[in-house]
Amino acid sequence: MYRIVKKRVLNPTVTLMEVEAPAVARKCEPGQFIILRVDENGERIPLTIAAYDREKGTVTIIFQLVGATTEKLNHKEEGEYLQDFVGPLGKATETEGLKRVAVIGGGVGTAIAYPVAKKLHDDGCHVDLIVGFRNKDLIILKEEFEAASTNLIIGTDDGSYGKKALVTDLTVVSMNPIMIDGTGMCGGCRLSVGGETKFACVDGPEFDGHLVDFDEAMARGAMYRDFEMHAREETCNLFKQEVK
Amino acid sequence: MANMRPDKNPMPHQDPQVRSGNFEEVALGYTKEQAIDEAQRCLHCKNMPCVSGCPVKIHIPDFIAKVAEGDFEAAYQIIAQDSALPAVCGRVCPQETQCESKCVRGIKHESVGIGRLERFVADWHNANSTEKPVRPASNGHKVAVIGSGPSGLTCAGDLARKGYEVTVFEALHLAGGVLVYGIPEFRLPKSIVQKEVDGLKELGVKIETNVVVGRSITIDELMEQEGFEAVFIGSGAGLPMFMHIPGENLKGVYSANEFLTRINLMKAYKEGSDTPIMPLKGKKVAVVGGGNVAMDAARCSRRLGADVYIVYRRSEAELPARAEEVEHAKEEGIIFKTLNNPTEILGYNNPEDKRDPKNGSVCGLRCVEMELGEPDASGRRRPIVKEGSEFEMEMDCVIMALGTSPNPLIKSTTKGLEINKRGGIIVNEDGLTSREAVYAGGDAVTGAATVILAMGAGKTAAAAIDEQLSKK
Repeated sequence: MYRIVKKRVLNPTVTLMEVEAPAVARKCEPGQFIILRVDENGERIPLTIAAYDREKGTVTIIFQLVGATTEKLNHKEEGEYLQDFVGPLGKATETEGLKRVAVIGGGVGTAIAYPVAKKLHDDGCHVDLIVGFRNKDLIILKEEFEAASTNLIIGTDDGSYGKKALVTDLTVVSMNPIMIDGTGMCGGCRLSVGGETKFACVDGPEFDGHLVDFDEAMARGAMYRDFEMHAREETCNLFKQEVK
Repeated sequence: MANMRPDKNPMPHQDPQVRSGNFEEVALGYTKEQAIDEAQRCLHCKNMPCVSGCPVKIHIPDFIAKVAEGDFEAAYQIIAQDSALPAVCGRVCPQETQCESKCVRGIKHESVGIGRLERFVADWHNANSTEKPVRPASNGHKVAVIGSGPSGLTCAGDLARKGYEVTVFEALHLAGGVLVYGIPEFRLPKSIVQKEVDGLKELGVKIETNVVVGRSITIDELMEQEGFEAVFIGSGAGLPMFMHIPGENLKGVYSANEFLTRINLMKAYKEGSDTPIMPLKGKKVAVVGGGNVAMDAARCSRRLGADVYIVYRRSEAELPARAEEVEHAKEEGIIFKTLNNPTEILGYNNPEDKRDPKNGSVCGLRCVEMELGEPDASGRRRPIVKEGSEFEMEMDCVIMALGTSPNPLIKSTTKGLEINKRGGIIVNEDGLTSREAVYAGGDAVTGAATVILAMGAGKTAAAAIDEQLSKK
């Protein structure tokens, strides 16, 4: 069992959790992910590692309420436990030898960009961190971003904060498809990259953004949408939060 | 004088009509009377041909003699000398190509039902024996086992019985490997696997779940920092194979591994499980492949209410699955489209509505008919495409059961570990890899094979590890 040592609501649909998982904290690097199960009947879901503290033995995850499992996860409070928490999985981001880097993230995806930016910044690299959100109310981790960058640019789709801009010109992308074991066994996480089938869990999760077939990835990601909607409806109304 | 009845005592089964709607065990097992009667068919041949057909060399005539006497616990003890998982092997071993294929009774008539007797004995022991395994005194040597499937559990059990301090590292949240994520409940109840795992724990084996060796910790770290003197790699099957035909990434195309994991490990078919699976009631499912895994996927689909087709490019005679599994599948209403090969998976696309949720889902399978030509390198007749035979079938789901290639994780994080061109770890006859004190066995070495072969490899490696460490 893995204890939740901190929970912070970042915006109405995005939550941060710091979880005690010393074995994961000891080894993990930016760009990697974990798989967790909330309880005994729980589904295995992959989440990117947003931060880690090797001394405290904790790993931080940031998740958006998108389906039944993230809803269930959001019901857990500080001091409570998660059933399973395994990792680190996937390959780490290659940061060695980089001098000046633009790190780009949008929405909850900024949680993926954050540890990479922090690592680069800690290593003395000049980091231009460009993050985008739909509007001002959805901005998360502003202070953390400031501390992890040389130059921070925040944009919003509607111009309610910073520049009115969309974050679209990507090179390296971190993919988070549907996944079960995360160790290269089930093949559920496959993506088309440059016309070849790749497995996000062991070949990724990062790929060249110009080569990923996003239409296919989005269609595959929506595979269980009906099930998720139904499962969310069945969870307690008291806890339910609006997903816009 | 042996019982000269020509045929085996038939195995009692759940009715096919009933069982195709549930996940309960299909074969119900012998009664005491049936077991004794069957055991009396054994001729007790001096040269014991059956033993030569068993990968772990169980003393078959000896245990059968005890069954005939009605001393089932004694029979169990004889099996347990050589096999760590008799309740499992009695169910999933292909006895017809192993021990039973060598049985003298099988020359003219049917062989003795060795597998059925093994299962009976193991089940009898599990139900009636209260004896706890005795934890031996530690010999102070630490051994790490990677993976808790059949090879890992066997290796761990053999070493623990000799006093080694064994830790098994499992990547998933539950121990058992393919026995829990792959083989369905109706063929191998999970309570049986749990019982075997619990037995190992009583012997002192530590099982650490949620540890992915290669990521959470490397083999070098296990040996240099954690004090393990030897490592056994039993990490099992790896990435599923696909056909590289158009449409394989459509929604509704599963690898058999993913499909079976959702059902067996994650219990997606049960109320209360958070793990989703495509609703299959009244839908059409094609399972591509002809092995035991294909049969498992097909029979699971059937239990979820689908009309199921097995699509296999050779003829029925070449099906690699056990005859018994094919028979069971047919009884349950699965349709065999042999000598057919898929060329494309067809996807739904609504040109009027780009947001139609059905877009990108499987709607059909395009196949060609095949005929058999000259034998190929595998000795089986090569399937050749029949000119102009292309046709389409309506389909909602396609499951690829074509085998796997070994998991790339450990080889990519362990320096000096040599692998062959198919990705399997190279080992010598003792199971030793190119790295000192690192052994391997099971599917990680051979590619997809059977439970009993993996157990045999775990056993061989355990003996070699004991040989190496006891000299220290």
